[in-house]
Amino acid sequence: MSISSEQVTHIARLARLKTDPEKSEHFAKHLSRIMDLVEQMNQIDTDGIEPMSHPQDTALRLREDVVTAKNLREQYQALAPSAQDGLYLVPKVIE
Amino acid sequence: MHQKTIAEHAVCLAKGEYSCVELTEHFLKRIESSSDLNAFITVTDQLAHQQAIQADQIVKAGNAGPLTGIPIAQKDLLCTKGVLTTCGSRILDNFISPYDATVIAKLHDQGMVTLGKTNMDEFAMGSSNETSFYGPVKNPWDLERVPGGSSGGSAAAVAAMLAPVATATDTGGSIRQPAALCGLTGIKPSYGRVSRFGMVAFASSLDQAGVLARNAEDAALVLAAMSGFDQRDSTSLDVPVPDYMASLEDSIKGKVIGLPKEFFGDGVEPDVADAVQASVRELEALGAKTIEVELPNSEVGIPCYYVLAPAEASSNLSRFDGVRYGFRAQEYLDLNDMYEQTRAQGFGEEVQRRIMIGTYVLSSGYYDAYYIKAQKLRRLISDDFTKAFEKCDLIAGPTAPDTAFRIGDKNDDPVAMYLNDIFTNSVNLAGLPGISVAAGMDRNNLPVGLHLIGRYLDESTILNVAHQFQRATDWHLKVPGGYE
Repeated sequence: MSISSEQVTHIARLARLKTDPEKSEHFAKHLSRIMDLVEQMNQIDTDGIEPMSHPQDTALRLREDVVTAKNLREQYQALAPSAQDGLYLVPKVIE
Repeated sequence: MHQKTIAEHAVCLAKGEYSCVELTEHFLKRIESSSDLNAFITVTDQLAHQQAIQADQIVKAGNAGPLTGIPIAQKDLLCTKGVLTTCGSRILDNFISPYDATVIAKLHDQGMVTLGKTNMDEFAMGSSNETSFYGPVKNPWDLERVPGGSSGGSAAAVAAMLAPVATATDTGGSIRQPAALCGLTGIKPSYGRVSRFGMVAFASSLDQAGVLARNAEDAALVLAAMSGFDQRDSTSLDVPVPDYMASLEDSIKGKVIGLPKEFFGDGVEPDVADAVQASVRELEALGAKTIEVELPNSEVGIPCYYVLAPAEASSNLSRFDGVRYGFRAQEYLDLNDMYEQTRAQGFGEEVQRRIMIGTYVLSSGYYDAYYIKAQKLRRLISDDFTKAFEKCDLIAGPTAPDTAFRIGDKNDDPVAMYLNDIFTNSVNLAGLPGISVAAGMDRNNLPVGLHLIGRYLDESTILNVAHQFQRATDWHLKVPGGYE
Protein backbone atom coordinates (compact mmCIF):
# COMPACT_ATOMS: atom_id res chain seq x y z
CA MET A 1 0.00 0.00 0.00
CA SER A 2 1.39 3.33 -1.01
CA ILE A 3 1.35 6.39 1.24
CA SER A 4 1.80 9.70 -0.58
CA SER A 5 3.91 12.58 0.67
CA GLU A 6 0.67 14.60 1.00
CA GLN A 7 -0.68 11.92 3.35
CA VAL A 8 2.57 12.04 5.34
CA THR A 9 2.19 15.80 5.70
CA HIS A 10 -1.35 15.27 7.04
CA ILE A 11 -0.29 12.49 9.45
CA ALA A 12 2.70 14.55 10.67
CA ARG A 13 0.34 17.43 11.38
CA LEU A 14 -1.92 15.13 13.44
CA ALA A 15 1.14 13.85 15.32
CA ARG A 16 2.57 17.38 15.85
CA LEU A 17 5.77 16.64 13.95
CA LYS A 18 7.23 19.44 11.83
CA THR A 19 7.73 18.37 8.26
CA ASP A 20 8.64 19.82 4.88
CA PRO A 21 8.16 18.48 1.33
CA GLU A 22 11.56 16.78 1.24
CA LYS A 23 11.06 15.11 4.61
CA SER A 24 7.52 13.99 3.72
CA GLU A 25 8.81 12.45 0.49
CA HIS A 26 11.50 10.57 2.44
CA PHE A 27 9.04 9.29 5.07
CA ALA A 28 6.46 8.33 2.41
CA LYS A 29 8.86 5.76 0.98
CA HIS A 30 9.48 4.03 4.32
CA LEU A 31 5.90 4.28 5.58
CA SER A 32 4.69 2.67 2.34
CA ARG A 33 7.10 -0.24 2.90
CA ILE A 34 5.81 -0.66 6.46
CA MET A 35 2.17 -0.54 5.36
CA ASP A 36 2.93 -3.23 2.73
CA LEU A 37 4.06 -5.39 5.66
CA VAL A 38 0.96 -4.46 7.64
CA GLU A 39 -1.31 -5.43 4.73
CA GLN A 40 -0.20 -9.06 5.25
CA MET A 41 -2.70 -9.09 8.13
CA ASN A 42 -5.46 -9.42 5.54
CA GLN A 43 -4.42 -12.94 4.56
CA ILE A 44 -6.17 -14.17 7.73
CA ASP A 45 -9.94 -14.06 8.18
CA THR A 46 -10.85 -12.57 11.55
CA ASP A 47 -14.64 -12.36 11.22
CA GLY A 48 -16.33 -12.91 14.57
CA ILE A 49 -13.07 -12.79 16.57
CA GLU A 50 -13.17 -10.68 19.72
CA PRO A 51 -10.40 -8.01 19.66
CA MET A 52 -7.71 -8.45 22.33
CA SER A 53 -6.37 -5.19 23.71
CA HIS A 54 -4.33 -6.53 26.55
CA PRO A 55 -2.70 -9.79 27.71
CA GLN A 56 -4.64 -9.81 30.97
CA ASP A 57 -8.02 -9.37 29.33
CA THR A 58 -9.56 -8.16 32.58
CA ALA A 59 -10.84 -4.87 33.95
CA LEU A 60 -8.31 -2.64 35.65
CA ARG A 61 -8.01 -2.81 39.40
CA LEU A 62 -9.69 -0.06 41.42
CA ARG A 63 -8.46 1.42 44.67
CA GLU A 64 -10.00 3.46 47.46
CA ASP A 65 -10.71 7.03 46.36
CA VAL A 66 -8.30 8.69 48.78
CA VAL A 67 -5.40 11.03 48.16
CA THR A 68 -2.11 9.13 48.25
CA ALA A 69 0.21 11.29 46.12
CA LYS A 70 2.26 14.02 47.73
CA ASN A 71 2.33 17.49 46.22
CA LEU A 72 5.69 17.62 44.45
CA ARG A 73 4.87 20.55 42.19
CA GLU A 74 8.05 22.51 42.82
CA GLN A 75 10.26 19.49 42.33
CA TYR A 76 8.53 18.60 39.07
CA GLN A 77 8.35 22.13 37.73
CA ALA A 78 12.08 22.53 38.27
CA LEU A 79 12.40 20.22 35.24
CA ALA A 80 10.28 22.41 32.96
CA PRO A 81 11.87 24.38 30.12
CA SER A 82 9.92 27.41 31.40
CA ALA A 83 7.83 27.75 34.58
CA GLN A 84 6.91 30.63 36.87
CA ASP A 85 4.70 31.01 39.96
CA GLY A 86 3.62 27.39 39.75
CA LEU A 87 2.59 27.70 36.09
CA TYR A 88 4.10 26.18 32.98
CA LEU A 89 4.90 28.89 30.46
CA VAL A 90 4.17 28.42 26.76
CA PRO A 91 4.13 30.82 23.81
CA LYS A 92 1.19 33.23 23.83
CA VAL A 93 -1.99 31.61 22.47
CA ILE A 94 -4.46 34.51 22.78
CA GLU A 95 -3.71 37.92 21.32
CA MET B 1 37.10 -11.10 39.66
CA HIS B 2 34.70 -10.10 36.87
CA GLN B 3 34.14 -13.64 35.60
CA LYS B 4 32.46 -14.77 38.83
CA THR B 5 28.73 -15.41 39.17
CA ILE B 6 26.63 -13.34 41.55
CA ALA B 7 26.51 -16.18 44.06
CA GLU B 8 30.32 -16.49 43.92
CA HIS B 9 30.68 -12.75 44.53
CA ALA B 10 28.34 -13.01 47.53
CA VAL B 11 30.55 -15.72 49.05
CA CYS B 12 33.74 -13.70 48.43
CA LEU B 13 32.19 -10.56 49.92
CA ALA B 14 31.03 -12.49 52.99
CA LYS B 15 34.50 -14.00 53.48
CA GLY B 16 36.11 -10.58 53.07
CA GLU B 17 38.22 -11.66 50.06
CA TYR B 18 37.32 -8.28 48.61
CA SER B 19 34.96 -5.49 49.61
CA CYS B 20 31.92 -4.10 47.79
CA VAL B 21 33.92 -0.92 47.16
CA GLU B 22 36.76 -2.92 45.58
CA LEU B 23 34.32 -4.91 43.46
CA THR B 24 32.59 -1.72 42.33
CA GLU B 25 35.90 0.00 41.49
CA HIS B 26 36.97 -3.03 39.50
CA PHE B 27 33.89 -2.80 37.27
CA LEU B 28 34.09 1.01 37.01
CA LYS B 29 37.67 0.61 35.72
CA ARG B 30 36.51 -1.93 33.14
CA ILE B 31 33.78 0.47 32.02
CA GLU B 32 36.31 3.25 31.64
CA SER B 33 38.74 1.17 29.61
CA SER B 34 35.96 -0.14 27.32
CA SER B 35 34.35 3.18 26.46
CA ASP B 36 34.78 2.35 22.74
CA LEU B 37 31.81 -0.05 23.09
CA ASN B 38 29.58 2.98 23.86
CA ALA B 39 27.58 0.73 26.21
CA PHE B 40 26.86 3.45 28.77
CA ILE B 41 25.16 6.83 28.39
CA THR B 42 25.92 7.79 32.00
CA VAL B 43 28.37 6.25 34.48
CA THR B 44 27.10 6.84 38.02
CA ASP B 45 30.44 6.46 39.78
CA GLN B 46 29.56 8.68 42.76
CA LEU B 47 26.25 6.92 43.40
CA ALA B 48 28.00 3.56 43.01
CA HIS B 49 30.66 4.50 45.57
CA GLN B 50 28.05 5.62 48.11
CA GLN B 51 26.03 2.46 47.61
CA ALA B 52 29.12 0.24 47.83
CA ILE B 53 30.19 1.87 51.11
CA GLN B 54 26.70 1.25 52.54
CA ALA B 55 26.76 -2.33 51.24
CA ASP B 56 30.11 -2.97 52.96
CA GLN B 57 28.57 -1.86 56.26
CA ILE B 58 25.65 -4.26 55.74
CA VAL B 59 28.06 -7.10 54.91
CA LYS B 60 30.17 -6.30 57.98
CA ALA B 61 27.09 -6.32 60.21
CA GLY B 62 26.28 -9.80 58.88
CA ASN B 63 23.00 -8.68 57.32
CA ALA B 64 23.89 -9.23 53.65
CA GLY B 65 21.37 -10.73 51.28
CA PRO B 66 22.27 -12.52 48.04
CA LEU B 67 22.46 -9.23 46.08
CA THR B 68 24.08 -6.95 48.67
CA GLY B 69 26.99 -5.08 47.10
CA ILE B 70 26.54 -6.67 43.66
CA PRO B 71 27.08 -4.07 40.91
CA ILE B 72 24.46 -3.74 38.18
CA ALA B 73 23.99 -1.66 35.02
CA GLN B 74 20.55 -0.12 34.47
CA LYS B 75 18.91 0.40 31.10
CA ASP B 76 18.46 4.12 30.56
CA LEU B 77 14.72 3.65 30.20
CA LEU B 78 14.30 3.13 33.95
CA CYS B 79 13.84 6.37 35.88
CA THR B 80 16.62 6.71 38.45
CA LYS B 81 16.32 9.42 41.08
CA GLY B 82 18.80 12.26 40.66
CA VAL B 83 20.32 10.62 37.57
CA LEU B 84 20.02 11.51 33.89
CA THR B 85 17.39 9.22 32.31
CA THR B 86 17.39 9.75 28.54
CA CYS B 87 15.69 6.69 27.04
CA GLY B 88 18.28 7.08 24.26
CA SER B 89 16.55 10.24 23.05
CA ARG B 90 17.48 13.87 22.53
CA ILE B 91 14.04 14.81 23.85
CA LEU B 92 15.09 13.56 27.32
CA ASP B 93 18.71 14.66 26.99
CA ASN B 94 18.40 16.90 30.09
CA PHE B 95 15.92 14.84 32.12
CA ILE B 96 17.14 14.20 35.67
CA SER B 97 14.49 11.89 37.07
CA PRO B 98 12.83 13.14 40.28
CA TYR B 99 11.96 9.59 41.35
CA ASP B 100 13.01 5.93 41.08
CA ALA B 101 11.25 3.35 38.94
CA THR B 102 9.93 0.55 41.17
CA VAL B 103 12.47 -1.82 39.59
CA ILE B 104 15.35 0.50 40.52
CA ALA B 105 14.01 1.04 44.05
CA LYS B 106 13.60 -2.71 44.63
CA LEU B 107 17.13 -3.50 43.44
CA HIS B 108 18.60 -0.70 45.56
CA ASP B 109 16.63 -1.99 48.56
CA GLN B 110 18.41 -5.32 48.04
CA GLY B 111 21.74 -3.51 48.28
CA MET B 112 22.64 -3.58 44.59
CA VAL B 113 25.12 -0.99 43.35
CA THR B 114 24.20 0.97 40.22
CA LEU B 115 27.24 1.45 37.97
CA GLY B 116 25.48 3.50 35.32
CA LYS B 117 22.75 3.83 32.71
CA THR B 118 23.12 1.82 29.53
CA ASN B 119 22.72 2.90 25.94
CA MET B 120 19.64 1.75 24.05
CA ASP B 121 17.65 2.28 20.88
CA GLU B 122 15.69 5.52 21.19
CA PHE B 123 12.53 4.81 23.23
CA ALA B 124 13.38 1.10 22.80
CA MET B 125 12.44 1.29 19.12
CA GLY B 126 15.02 -0.75 17.29
CA SER B 127 16.77 -4.11 17.08
CA SER B 128 20.37 -2.96 16.68
CA ASN B 129 20.94 -0.07 19.10
CA GLU B 130 21.60 2.17 16.07
CA THR B 131 18.62 4.49 16.67
CA SER B 132 20.12 5.88 19.91
CA PHE B 133 20.75 9.63 20.00
CA TYR B 134 24.00 8.70 21.77
CA GLY B 135 25.33 6.61 18.88
CA PRO B 136 25.44 2.88 18.19
CA VAL B 137 26.74 0.33 20.69
CA LYS B 138 29.34 -2.17 19.48
CA ASN B 139 29.10 -5.90 19.97
CA PRO B 140 32.05 -7.13 22.08
CA TRP B 141 32.22 -10.28 19.92
CA ASP B 142 32.95 -8.16 16.82
CA LEU B 143 33.24 -4.40 17.11
CA GLU B 144 31.92 -3.91 13.57
CA ARG B 145 28.65 -5.59 14.47
CA VAL B 146 25.55 -4.58 16.40
CA PRO B 147 24.80 -5.98 19.87
CA GLY B 148 21.09 -6.21 19.05
CA GLY B 149 18.45 -3.98 20.54
CA SER B 150 16.84 -2.28 22.02
CA SER B 151 18.75 -3.24 25.22
CA GLY B 152 22.06 -3.18 23.31
CA GLY B 153 24.03 -1.25 25.91
CA SER B 154 22.96 -3.60 28.72
CA ALA B 155 23.87 -6.61 26.56
CA ALA B 156 27.28 -5.27 25.50
CA ALA B 157 28.05 -4.30 29.11
CA VAL B 158 27.31 -7.79 30.48
CA ALA B 159 28.97 -9.61 27.54
CA ALA B 160 32.17 -7.56 27.98
CA MET B 161 31.87 -8.05 31.76
CA LEU B 162 31.68 -4.34 32.48
CA ALA B 163 28.88 -5.31 34.89
CA PRO B 164 27.92 -8.71 36.33
CA VAL B 165 24.28 -8.23 35.32
CA ALA B 166 21.98 -5.56 33.87
CA THR B 167 18.36 -4.58 33.78
CA ALA B 168 16.67 -4.48 30.39
CA THR B 169 13.20 -4.13 28.94
CA ASP B 170 11.36 -6.03 26.21
CA THR B 171 8.41 -4.83 24.14
CA GLY B 172 8.96 -7.12 21.13
CA GLY B 173 12.25 -8.88 21.83
CA SER B 174 14.48 -6.16 23.27
CA ILE B 175 15.90 -8.38 26.03
CA ARG B 176 15.99 -11.71 24.22
CA GLN B 177 17.37 -10.68 20.82
CA PRO B 178 20.40 -8.80 22.26
CA ALA B 179 20.93 -11.74 24.65
CA ALA B 180 21.12 -14.00 21.58
CA LEU B 181 23.43 -11.68 19.64
CA CYS B 182 25.80 -11.25 22.61
CA GLY B 183 25.80 -14.83 23.96
CA LEU B 184 23.90 -14.02 27.16
CA THR B 185 20.94 -15.23 29.17
CA GLY B 186 18.06 -12.77 28.90
CA ILE B 187 14.63 -13.22 30.45
CA LYS B 188 11.44 -11.29 29.80
CA PRO B 189 8.93 -12.27 32.48
CA SER B 190 5.15 -12.54 32.03
CA TYR B 191 3.25 -9.30 31.49
CA GLY B 192 2.27 -7.98 34.93
CA ARG B 193 5.05 -9.75 36.84
CA VAL B 194 7.36 -6.72 37.10
CA SER B 195 6.05 -3.23 37.84
CA ARG B 196 6.17 -0.79 34.94
CA PHE B 197 6.06 2.22 37.28
CA GLY B 198 8.92 4.53 36.29
CA MET B 199 9.67 2.70 33.05
CA VAL B 200 9.37 5.19 30.19
CA ALA B 201 6.37 3.82 28.28
CA PHE B 202 6.66 2.60 24.69
CA ALA B 203 3.71 0.21 24.21
CA SER B 204 1.95 -0.22 27.52
CA SER B 205 0.22 -3.55 26.77
CA LEU B 206 3.54 -5.12 25.68
CA ASP B 207 6.35 -3.58 27.79
CA GLN B 208 8.01 -5.66 30.53
CA ALA B 209 11.30 -5.24 32.36
CA GLY B 210 13.65 -8.18 32.88
CA VAL B 211 17.29 -9.15 33.17
CA LEU B 212 20.38 -9.65 31.00
CA ALA B 213 22.82 -11.97 32.76
CA ARG B 214 25.62 -14.41 31.99
CA ASN B 215 23.67 -17.44 33.21
CA ALA B 216 20.19 -18.51 34.29
CA GLU B 217 21.05 -18.59 38.00
CA ASP B 218 22.08 -14.92 38.03
CA ALA B 219 19.01 -14.03 35.96
CA ALA B 220 16.73 -15.87 38.42
CA LEU B 221 18.26 -14.10 41.43
CA VAL B 222 17.83 -10.62 39.99
CA LEU B 223 14.42 -11.29 38.42
CA ALA B 224 13.11 -12.47 41.80
CA ALA B 225 14.27 -9.20 43.37
CA MET B 226 12.55 -7.10 40.67
CA SER B 227 9.24 -8.96 40.63
CA GLY B 228 6.09 -8.53 42.65
CA PHE B 229 2.96 -6.51 43.09
CA ASP B 230 3.09 -2.73 42.92
CA GLN B 231 0.09 -0.56 43.72
CA ARG B 232 1.46 2.16 41.42
CA ASP B 233 1.18 0.06 38.24
CA SER B 234 -2.47 -0.69 37.43
CA THR B 235 -1.44 -3.79 35.43
CA SER B 236 0.85 -5.20 38.14
CA LEU B 237 -0.40 -8.61 39.23
CA ASP B 238 -1.17 -9.23 42.87
CA VAL B 239 0.00 -12.85 42.87
CA PRO B 240 2.86 -14.53 44.75
CA VAL B 241 6.23 -14.67 42.99
CA PRO B 242 7.47 -18.29 42.87
CA ASP B 243 10.86 -19.12 44.37
CA TYR B 244 12.78 -19.22 41.07
CA MET B 245 15.99 -20.37 42.77
CA ALA B 246 14.31 -23.34 44.47
CA SER B 247 13.31 -25.00 41.20
CA LEU B 248 16.53 -24.38 39.24
CA GLU B 249 18.03 -27.73 40.22
CA ASP B 250 14.92 -29.78 39.42
CA SER B 251 15.39 -32.53 36.85
CA ILE B 252 13.84 -31.75 33.47
CA LYS B 253 13.13 -35.43 32.88
CA GLY B 254 9.70 -35.81 31.36
CA LYS B 255 9.24 -32.11 30.58
CA VAL B 256 7.52 -31.77 27.22
CA ILE B 257 9.04 -29.24 24.84
CA GLY B 258 6.89 -28.07 21.94
CA LEU B 259 8.73 -27.33 18.68
CA PRO B 260 6.60 -25.10 16.43
CA LYS B 261 7.23 -26.07 12.83
CA GLU B 262 6.82 -22.39 11.94
CA PHE B 263 10.01 -21.62 13.92
CA PHE B 264 12.14 -24.14 12.05
CA GLY B 265 11.36 -23.24 8.44
CA ASP B 266 13.07 -21.17 5.76
CA GLY B 267 14.39 -17.80 6.77
CA VAL B 268 16.50 -19.14 9.64
CA GLU B 269 20.23 -19.05 8.87
CA PRO B 270 21.64 -22.61 8.60
CA ASP B 271 24.21 -22.11 11.39
CA VAL B 272 21.45 -20.84 13.71
CA ALA B 273 19.13 -23.72 12.80
CA ASP B 274 21.92 -26.27 13.37
CA ALA B 275 22.85 -24.84 16.78
CA VAL B 276 19.21 -24.75 17.91
CA GLN B 277 18.62 -28.34 16.71
CA ALA B 278 21.74 -29.47 18.59
CA SER B 279 20.48 -27.71 21.73
CA VAL B 280 17.13 -29.43 21.45
CA ARG B 281 18.94 -32.79 21.23
CA GLU B 282 20.91 -31.81 24.34
CA LEU B 283 17.64 -31.15 26.18
CA GLU B 284 16.36 -34.56 25.01
CA ALA B 285 19.53 -36.13 26.37
CA LEU B 286 18.66 -34.54 29.72
CA GLY B 287 15.34 -36.36 29.66
CA ALA B 288 12.99 -33.85 28.06
CA LYS B 289 10.51 -35.04 25.46
CA THR B 290 9.89 -33.07 22.28
CA ILE B 291 6.75 -32.86 20.19
CA GLU B 292 5.79 -30.80 17.18
CA VAL B 293 3.24 -28.07 17.84
CA GLU B 294 1.58 -25.52 15.60
CA LEU B 295 1.42 -21.75 15.85
CA PRO B 296 -0.44 -21.22 12.57
CA ASN B 297 -0.95 -17.48 12.94
CA SER B 298 2.66 -16.69 13.84
CA GLU B 299 3.33 -15.47 10.29
CA VAL B 300 1.19 -12.39 10.95
CA GLY B 301 2.85 -11.69 14.31
CA ILE B 302 5.12 -9.03 12.79
CA PRO B 303 2.42 -7.10 10.88
CA CYS B 304 0.11 -7.31 13.91
CA TYR B 305 2.88 -6.06 16.21
CA TYR B 306 3.79 -3.20 13.85
CA VAL B 307 0.24 -1.89 14.10
CA LEU B 308 -0.32 -2.29 17.84
CA ALA B 309 3.08 -1.20 19.16
CA PRO B 310 3.24 2.03 17.07
CA ALA B 311 -0.42 2.78 17.90
CA GLU B 312 0.30 2.60 21.63
CA ALA B 313 3.58 4.48 21.13
CA SER B 314 1.93 7.34 19.25
CA SER B 315 -0.36 7.82 22.22
CA ASN B 316 2.33 7.38 24.92
CA LEU B 317 4.83 9.67 23.22
CA SER B 318 2.33 12.51 22.89
CA ARG B 319 3.44 13.52 26.41
CA PHE B 320 6.73 14.84 25.01
CA ASP B 321 5.65 18.36 24.11
CA GLY B 322 8.41 20.66 25.33
CA VAL B 323 6.21 22.02 28.11
CA ARG B 324 6.70 20.04 31.30
CA TYR B 325 10.18 18.49 31.00
CA GLY B 326 12.85 17.59 28.51
CA PHE B 327 14.03 19.32 25.38
CA ARG B 328 12.27 22.39 23.89
CA ALA B 329 13.17 23.76 20.45
CA GLN B 330 15.04 27.07 20.49
CA GLU B 331 13.00 28.85 17.82
CA TYR B 332 9.30 28.70 17.05
CA LEU B 333 6.46 30.92 15.84
CA ASP B 334 3.63 29.96 18.20
CA LEU B 335 2.50 27.19 20.56
CA ASN B 336 1.68 24.71 17.81
CA ASP B 337 4.96 25.40 16.04
CA MET B 338 6.76 24.91 19.36
CA TYR B 339 5.21 21.42 19.70
CA GLU B 340 6.04 20.51 16.11
CA GLN B 341 9.62 21.85 16.14
CA THR B 342 10.33 20.31 19.56
CA ARG B 343 9.09 16.88 18.53
CA ALA B 344 10.70 16.93 15.06
CA GLN B 345 14.07 17.94 16.53
CA GLY B 346 13.77 15.89 19.72
CA PHE B 347 12.78 12.54 18.19
CA GLY B 348 14.97 10.58 15.79
CA GLU B 349 13.80 9.20 12.47
CA GLU B 350 12.68 5.72 13.59
CA VAL B 351 10.66 7.15 16.48
CA GLN B 352 8.98 9.65 14.15
CA ARG B 353 8.25 6.82 11.71
CA ARG B 354 6.55 4.77 14.40
CA ILE B 355 4.60 7.74 15.74
CA MET B 356 3.34 8.36 12.21
CA ILE B 357 2.40 4.72 11.59
CA GLY B 358 0.58 4.69 14.93
CA THR B 359 -1.20 7.95 14.19
CA TYR B 360 -2.22 6.65 10.78
CA VAL B 361 -3.65 3.31 11.96
CA LEU B 362 -5.61 5.05 14.71
CA SER B 363 -6.92 7.83 12.45
CA SER B 364 -10.51 8.19 11.38
CA GLY B 365 -11.41 5.76 8.60
CA TYR B 366 -8.48 3.39 9.22
CA TYR B 367 -9.07 2.38 12.87
CA ASP B 368 -11.15 -0.74 12.13
CA ALA B 369 -9.11 -1.85 9.11
CA TYR B 370 -5.80 -1.73 10.97
CA TYR B 371 -6.06 -1.31 14.73
CA ILE B 372 -9.08 -3.53 15.40
CA LYS B 373 -7.91 -6.03 12.77
CA ALA B 374 -4.56 -6.29 14.57
CA GLN B 375 -6.28 -6.76 17.93
CA LYS B 376 -8.29 -9.64 16.47
CA LEU B 377 -5.09 -11.23 15.18
CA ARG B 378 -3.59 -10.75 18.61
CA ARG B 379 -6.39 -12.92 20.00
CA LEU B 380 -5.69 -15.65 17.41
CA ILE B 381 -1.93 -15.56 18.11
CA SER B 382 -2.57 -15.77 21.87
CA ASP B 383 -5.07 -18.63 21.40
CA ASP B 384 -2.47 -20.54 19.33
CA PHE B 385 -0.12 -20.50 22.33
CA THR B 386 -2.91 -21.61 24.67
CA LYS B 387 -3.65 -24.58 22.40
CA ALA B 388 0.04 -25.48 22.06
CA PHE B 389 0.48 -25.41 25.85
CA GLU B 390 -2.26 -28.04 26.21
CA LYS B 391 0.33 -30.45 24.79
CA CYS B 392 3.63 -29.15 26.12
CA ASP B 393 5.24 -27.46 29.15
CA LEU B 394 7.35 -25.01 27.18
CA ILE B 395 8.13 -24.07 23.59
CA ALA B 396 11.62 -23.90 22.03
CA GLY B 397 13.07 -22.37 18.89
CA PRO B 398 15.65 -19.86 17.70
CA THR B 399 15.59 -16.43 19.37
CA ALA B 400 16.51 -14.57 16.18
CA PRO B 401 16.78 -15.78 12.57
CA ASP B 402 20.43 -14.71 12.31
CA THR B 403 23.47 -13.82 14.40
CA ALA B 404 24.80 -10.26 14.87
CA PHE B 405 24.78 -8.23 11.65
CA ARG B 406 27.11 -5.40 10.66
CA ILE B 407 26.52 -1.86 11.88
CA GLY B 408 24.76 -0.01 9.07
CA ASP B 409 23.60 -3.13 7.19
CA LYS B 410 19.86 -2.77 7.86
CA ASN B 411 19.62 0.97 8.34
CA ASP B 412 17.99 1.81 5.03
CA ASP B 413 15.16 -0.69 5.30
CA PRO B 414 12.98 -0.55 8.44
CA VAL B 415 11.15 -3.72 7.44
CA ALA B 416 14.39 -5.75 7.22
CA MET B 417 15.16 -4.53 10.74
CA TYR B 418 11.68 -5.48 12.02
CA LEU B 419 12.10 -9.08 10.81
CA ASN B 420 14.77 -9.65 13.48
CA ASP B 421 11.98 -9.97 16.00
CA ILE B 422 9.92 -12.50 14.06
CA PHE B 423 10.23 -15.16 16.81
CA THR B 424 10.05 -12.86 19.80
CA ASN B 425 7.24 -10.38 19.36
CA SER B 426 4.34 -12.84 19.34
CA VAL B 427 5.42 -13.71 22.90
CA ASN B 428 4.82 -10.08 23.93
CA LEU B 429 1.48 -10.03 22.11
CA ALA B 430 0.41 -13.00 24.25
CA GLY B 431 2.06 -11.65 27.44
CA LEU B 432 4.09 -14.84 28.00
CA PRO B 433 7.51 -15.25 29.63
CA GLY B 434 10.49 -15.95 27.35
CA ILE B 435 14.20 -16.52 27.82
CA SER B 436 17.15 -16.62 25.43
CA VAL B 437 20.20 -18.71 26.32
CA ALA B 438 23.55 -18.98 24.56
CA ALA B 439 23.34 -22.16 22.49
CA GLY B 440 26.24 -22.21 20.06
CA MET B 441 28.44 -20.19 17.73
CA ASP B 442 28.17 -19.62 14.01
CA ARG B 443 30.99 -19.87 11.44
CA ASN B 444 32.09 -16.30 12.28
CA ASN B 445 32.40 -17.09 16.00
CA LEU B 446 29.22 -15.17 16.81
CA PRO B 447 26.76 -16.41 19.45
CA VAL B 448 23.45 -18.11 18.66
CA GLY B 449 20.45 -17.91 21.00
CA LEU B 450 17.97 -20.63 21.98
CA HIS B 451 14.54 -19.22 22.80
CA LEU B 452 12.36 -20.89 25.45
CA ILE B 453 8.78 -19.71 25.93
CA GLY B 454 6.75 -20.58 29.01
CA ARG B 455 3.11 -20.62 30.05
CA TYR B 456 1.70 -17.41 31.50
CA LEU B 457 3.35 -16.73 34.90
CA ASP B 458 5.56 -19.81 34.58
CA GLU B 459 9.01 -18.25 34.53
CA SER B 460 10.12 -21.12 36.81
CA THR B 461 10.01 -23.76 34.09
CA ILE B 462 12.00 -21.81 31.50
CA LEU B 463 14.59 -20.78 34.12
CA ASN B 464 14.84 -24.39 35.29
CA VAL B 465 15.31 -25.72 31.75
CA ALA B 466 17.79 -22.95 30.91
CA HIS B 467 19.81 -23.71 34.06
CA GLN B 468 19.87 -27.45 33.41
CA PHE B 469 20.94 -26.78 29.81
CA GLN B 470 23.79 -24.62 31.15
CA ARG B 471 24.87 -27.35 33.58
CA ALA B 472 25.30 -29.63 30.56
CA THR B 473 26.85 -27.15 28.12
CA ASP B 474 29.44 -24.38 28.24
CA TRP B 475 28.24 -21.90 25.61
CA HIS B 476 27.31 -19.42 28.35
CA LEU B 477 30.90 -19.50 29.66
CA LYS B 478 32.41 -18.30 26.39
CA VAL B 479 33.89 -14.84 26.60
CA PRO B 480 34.57 -12.42 23.74
CA GLY B 481 38.29 -12.04 22.93
CA GLY B 482 39.96 -9.07 24.62
CA TYR B 483 37.55 -9.00 27.55
CA GLU B 484 38.81 -12.03 29.51
